[in-house]
Order: sequence, then structure tokens, then C-alpha cells
Amino acid sequence: MGKHVFKLPDVGEGVVEGEIVDWKVKAGDSVTEDQPLVDLMTDKATVAIPSPVSGKVISTTGKPGDMVAVGAELIVFEVEGKRKEAEPEPEAAPDPEPKSEPEPEPEPVDTPEPAPASVAAAAPAGKRPLASPAVRRRAREAGVDLSGIQGSGPGGRISHDDMDTFLQGGGRLAAVQRGQKRTGTTEVPVIGLRRKIAVKMAESKSRIPHFSYLEEIDITELESLRQHLNAKRSGDMPKLTYLPFLMQALVRTLQQHPECNALYEDERNTVVRHEAVHVGMATQTDDGLMVPVIRHSEARDVWDCAREMRRVSQAARDKTATSEELSGSTITVTSLGALGGLGATPIINHPEVAIIGVHKAEERAVVCDGAIVVRRMMNLSGSFDHRIVDGYNGAQMMQTLKQMLEHPATIFM
Amino acid sequence: MGRNCKVLIVGAGPGGYVAAIRAGQLGLDTVIVEGDRAGGTCLIRGCIPSKAVIHAATRFEELGAHAGDGDMGISLPDGPMLNMGKLVEWKESIVDKLNSGVEMLLKKAGVELVRGWATFRDGKTCDVETSEGSVKITAEHVVLATGSRATELSFMPFGGNIISSTEALELGELPERLVVIGAGYIGLELGIAYRKLGCQVEFIEALDHILPLYDAELVRPISMWLRKHKVPMHLSARATEAKTRGKTTTVGFTDADGKAQKAKGERVLVAVGRRPCTEGWGLENMAIDLDGPFVKVDTRCRTSMRNVWAIGDLVGEPMLAHKASAQGEMVAEIIAGHRREFDPVGIPAVCFTEPEIIGVGLTPDEAKEAGIATTVGKFPFAASGRALAMQAGTDGGFVRITARRDDNVIIGIHAVGAHVAELSGEFAHALEMSARLEDIAGTIHVHPTLTEAFAEAALAGLGHAIHVAK
Repeated sequence: MGKHVFKLPDVGEGVVEGEIVDWKVKAGDSVTEDQPLVDLMTDKATVAIPSPVSGKVISTTGKPGDMVAVGAELIVFEVEGKRKEAEPEPEAAPDPEPKSEPEPEPEPVDTPEPAPASVAAAAPAGKRPLASPAVRRRAREAGVDLSGIQGSGPGGRISHDDMDTFLQGGGRLAAVQRGQKRTGTTEVPVIGLRRKIAVKMAESKSRIPHFSYLEEIDITELESLRQHLNAKRSGDMPKLTYLPFLMQALVRTLQQHPECNALYEDERNTVVRHEAVHVGMATQTDDGLMVPVIRHSEARDVWDCAREMRRVSQAARDKTATSEELSGSTITVTSLGALGGLGATPIINHPEVAIIGVHKAEERAVVCDGAIVVRRMMNLSGSFDHRIVDGYNGAQMMQTLKQMLEHPATIFM
Repeated sequence: MGRNCKVLIVGAGPGGYVAAIRAGQLGLDTVIVEGDRAGGTCLIRGCIPSKAVIHAATRFEELGAHAGDGDMGISLPDGPMLNMGKLVEWKESIVDKLNSGVEMLLKKAGVELVRGWATFRDGKTCDVETSEGSVKITAEHVVLATGSRATELSFMPFGGNIISSTEALELGELPERLVVIGAGYIGLELGIAYRKLGCQVEFIEALDHILPLYDAELVRPISMWLRKHKVPMHLSARATEAKTRGKTTTVGFTDADGKAQKAKGERVLVAVGRRPCTEGWGLENMAIDLDGPFVKVDTRCRTSMRNVWAIGDLVGEPMLAHKASAQGEMVAEIIAGHRREFDPVGIPAVCFTEPEIIGVGLTPDEAKEAGIATTVGKFPFAASGRALAMQAGTDGGFVRITARRDDNVIIGIHAVGAHVAELSGEFAHALEMSARLEDIAGTIHVHPTLTEAFAEAALAGLGHAIHVAK
């Protein structure tokens, strides 16, 4: 048996440090070569660091949220035979580094091995959910993970009644039990992407004096154009939502309002107006908000915008987006689709100066030529950096956008 | 001749035939292939026949206690007489009965039993050599349940006086002396039975203790019995050769001190373990992964090939009939579309030695190794009225419960003593139901029965056993 000290390798792209997002292993675990050890977030992306060896984890250094520098000790393994790398042994003592806090998790491995080494190995270990075979079977049939159910029996034993309650609640946790007050709290560390979002939002909101402007758009004609185009699209073409049209309209609008397609470098007292329109698209992912970018929207047609938007937002959700695809926008669009609501006060994606929020499209009663008619309506909310964009300019920009969207032919003229 | 079916099961042992019956119940078109008689090692040459022989041997020994002055006021002046040939016949009658019972159950479940040797061409197709010629069977799902066979020692292959457990259950004549190589549960069960029948038995065991799966405390009553019955037990000893001259075979072995020794017997039983049957039926043509000597499976008994399943001794320890049956039943249900997984809390194991041992779950030592703080409750059968009344209270037996210290959830139950095998059901049930010590203590156990010892052991774990002073 030998010891193998694994240090954070150079993950490339000039990355010098990373933040531990999630440990995939803990002391005492057996790992195989290439098994993911830890998720690490760098400036560029979150990467899974694979194990360089097969062996047993003796200790890990750092906990989620901690920053680790390239070259810093990450894990000590116990490996078969000689150490794999001819690295000088770091002192004889087994890692007495005071600041490393290997989490006190004496929890034994509880995965049932398919081929237990002995009778005992198939036996209970640790804290698997307590439940009778019938309840376990019911849970499996119902596709329910018992570890997510709070058992009401002694020692947390899960009964058929607990299962009933759980399933009746639509698979949610047990319904309110009268007279039972809850007093627990849960600490959720703000780390990884969440911390980045928090920092970014605080920066935007505290540095930029926002003003927001809401307008109502009649998209009845746009809707019929959209339906027409979708009906005629060929197999390889993406389905069009409102967003590609909005992007196209934005490209035209921003030609008339270049002050809104800009980055304000306030420390340099300079506004950099961009000719290119790189549209950031606020996208909800499993980890939180990300803003993949549809670059050079001005050089794309409506289909191309749709295709690129679909590609980059999928990449963001799949965590395969490159740093280029996640940066460099000049203006941002935020759309919550069906959750769009009536209006919002979007926060500008610093150092941009404008953001457009897209709200729910719905049929509303509208007065038109003295008669009440049904029109398809949608609200837009624009937020602007008041240091750069005056209220008058912002309002004009929104009105230009409104005109284009209400008369969609003008988008393409 | 050819046959297509939904499920093809190879091997009609306790894994295969249970899978077949369940598959039949679920309406799946099922074929089971067996090269011998339905029932497998368990029924034909393992669990069942050995229990019959052990029962007969125990009866013989008990009757022997009444010879001369007698026992309990009962005497048999001439003592019992043994007719080994008739004993084996009686045992066979039980095997025949169960074998035809299994075949009847298969038939009633609508399962086709094909008698013959199956050889696989690929993952889903095999040729079966039957008495009526070769049959090609192609199936959507294949369940491999080929079981295991006794491990042979290269320097003393089976044959003549060198026998495996199979032959040990068919001896028409009682050998005067029996040398047993291996003091695991199979060697001990049979060796003790032969000792009870009046044979001189001698053990050679490579490890420094008997029954390696159990701790010293549990094994002690068995060591005591062996000593009392003058059964030499050579531990840390290695058999090196066997020479047969006339009727006698001499086994040479190196003892714990490294000295060459000899043991003589008319028969030598080699019981050094069992190996999965992975050869001779075309496994190599199926391209499925192995895990050491076993076929590799996951918790649903899936092999590396889609819709090829493997169960029982073929897939790993513990090699126990009830494990195979549980896996067989599960696989049939998964094939029928149910969502199942092999997730027992424990797989109970019994040794039908004298006295018997039963264990399910973790021992205190194993729990400690797993980092679990435990409470252990123990109750001796010497304090059980029922045990004493059936002459079962003086063999050093006890019940021992191991529970988690923080919430008293039971994680292991072990017992040693006469008749304790029959307690195994309650033990396994308690574990599967996630019972705590309080649950067992709070269940009224019948007086006077041996099961009271279980409740008392739970009370002992809680710190207030009634029938034993602190």
C-alpha cells in the first residue's frame, strides 16, 4: 500500500484557482481511475476533476465554497503497491495540515454490492431509510426514493401511512399536521454559481441607477406572421417563438438608439457603443441563472437567431457552454415565457446599459376605433442605466421597438 | 427442433425453479432447462438430503444415550442399531418426494421443463441435448442459474475414497474413520453428523479457526461439542497429499507448527468451498462480464448483456438457496415489468452443526468496523426453561442482538444453540421490519418456548432482562 497525494492540476485556459462546488467522494471511499472526485468552478466553467488513480480516499482538503489554488493538495489516496507518481513524499506524517477539515462523516458505505463478499456484507449498514419490505417494494413500484420521506414511526421508520400521505400530497412531503410547529432551519451555503449571481446582482443594482419603463404591445400581426412561418418551416428549422422576432426588432431599433447598445466603463468614464448586437439571453438552468449569448444577431436572420438561441441555451443547461458563449453580450433580454407576468423591473447585466423584459402574451379586450376588440397583447419592461440613457431616450427606444413589433413587416424593411 | 420463448431459465435449482414458477404465474412463456433432476444442489444433493442425514444422525445419537442405564428414566438395553443403506434410502424418499413436487409446481405454473444439457451459442440462443435429440431454444430473456459445485483439491481429486459433500450423502456403509478437509459449515455439518453415527472424525482446516463467517463467541459451543466428542481439529493445517492403500487413505498434512502429520480414514471428505459453474455450457460464447469467478450482476441481477440475467451461486456469495430463490423471484417480476431491486437488509445464514448457528446482519465486530456505535443484548439458553426441558440448555448457546446505540434499531441478530435454526425467521423479519429493541421486547413471546430468549436478549440490550441477573 502506498500513499498518493493528488494536487489540483492545471485545468487549462490560464485558470489559477477554483472554487469547490461539490465533493463526489469522502474519506474512506474507494475510487476507480477517472471517477469524478470533485466539481470545481473556475472563472470559465465548472469542471469535474477525475481521479488519477484507483484507491481509497484517506483525506480530502477543503469544503464546498473554499477556493483551491492550482498545485494545492486536494486529496490523499491510499493506492495498491507503489505510489503511481514519483512525487516526493510530503513528510511522513499523514497530512497534519491544521486548516484542512475533513468532514466528520463516519457514515459507512451503504450501497448494496451485487456480489457481497460475505454474508455480512449484504447486511445493514449505516442509515438507510427504515421501512418494511412491503413499504420498500411499494416505494419502488411508485418510483419514490424513501430517503426523501420523513417516517413517523420510532427511529423515523416509514409506514404505509407515511407512504399514503406522501403519495396523496402528490409526492410532496407530508401534509401539515395540526399542532406540530416546525422550528428547524436549514443553512444553504451561497457558493458556486449562486455566489457569482449574488455578487453580480449586487454590483449591478448598487452601481447602476435603474429606471424601468413598461409598454403594452399589440402582437396580433406578429402572431399571425409567426404562425405562418412556423407552418411553412421545413424539418430542420427550429420553431419560432417571439424572441427571434424581438431580437431582429432590437437590431433595427438599436441602430436608431446606439446609446442603448453599449457598455459603460464607469471607472474610465467611457461608454463603448457597439456596432455588433450580441444579445444575452437570461436562461434558467438547474444551477441558477446563466446568460448565454447570441453573438452578432445583426448578421443573422430570424431562423438563424432561433437556431443559435436554442443551441446556446441548451449548452448552458447542459453545462457544456464555453466561456465565450457565456460572455460578451451588449444588451440582454429576459423572458420568463408562460411565467412572464404583466411587468417587472429587470436588473441590468452590468456593464451593459439596457435590458428588455418580455412578458406573457395573451388575448385582451382592447378599444380600437371605438369598439372593444380581442387583440393578442404582450407587455415589455425595459430597464436602463439612467447615467447614460435619459428617460426620454429610453422611452423613445421602447416606442421604436413597439412600432416594429406591432407592424412586423417593418422589422424586415 | 426449435422453440422460441419469452423467458429461458438454465438450471432448475432453488434459484431457477423459483424464477420459473414466478414467471409462469405472471403469464410469461417460460422454458426451464435442467441437466439433472429439478431441485438443484439444494434439493438433490445439498440442503435437504444433508438435513435428513443430520436428523437421522441426531436421532441415533439421542437413542444411544438411552443405552445401558438410560437417560430421563428411559433405557434401551441393547442400544440402537444403524443400517446405513436404509438410512440413505429413507433420505432418497424425501428427495424424490420434493423433486416430483417441484416438477409438479413447474407444470402447474405452465412452465415447460426441458431435460438436457444446454450450451449457449450466443446471449439468447442455446442448444439443449435431450434424450430426443437437440433442441434449439431462443428467448427474449435468459436467466442463468447454473449454481455451483464443490471445489476440488488439485492434488487429491474426487474419486474413490476422496469424496465431496454429494457422495458423503450417499454412503451405503458407514466408514470407520472419516477425515474432513475444511471446517466451514459444510464440512462441520457432515463431519458432526458422521460423528453422531459413530464414525471417528478428524478435521484438517487451513485457517486458525472454524466457521470463518462467525465470531469466536458464537463458534465456542461447537468447539466445545467437538472436544467433548473427541473429534481432533487440526487448525492452521494444510493437507498436502493423499495416498490410498487397500481401503485406507492416508492424508498427509502440515500442522500449525509446520510438522508433517498423517490422518487416516476409509473416506476423505473434501469440503473446502464451492465454485460457481461457469464452464461447460457456453458462457464464453455470451460475451458477458465476470466478477472474479462469478458472473457480474447489478442489484437487479442484470448481467452486462441486455436481457440476460444471472442469479444464485453463479453471481457470488453468499451461496445460499434462499438468496437464489429471492433473486429468481425478483428477476421474473422485473421481466414482467415490475420495478424491483435486490435490497434485503440481511440474508440470514444457518449452520446445522451441533449446536446450530444462525446469523443475520452485522456482528458487533463488523458494526464496529463500519463505525457504528452499538448496544449488544445477550441471553443464554441455560436460563430458558424450555431449553432445559428439551435438553438444549447446556450446550453454551445464547441469543445475541446488536443494535445501534443511538436509536436501538437492530442491525444484527445471532444465536447458537440446539434448534436455533427455527428462530431464524423471526430474526430476519425483525431486521427487515427495521425493528428496534423495544419492538422485540414489546412483543409477547410464548412461554415456554426458545423464542423467549429473543425477547429477553432485547430486554438485556435495554438494560433490564428479567430472567438473568445483572
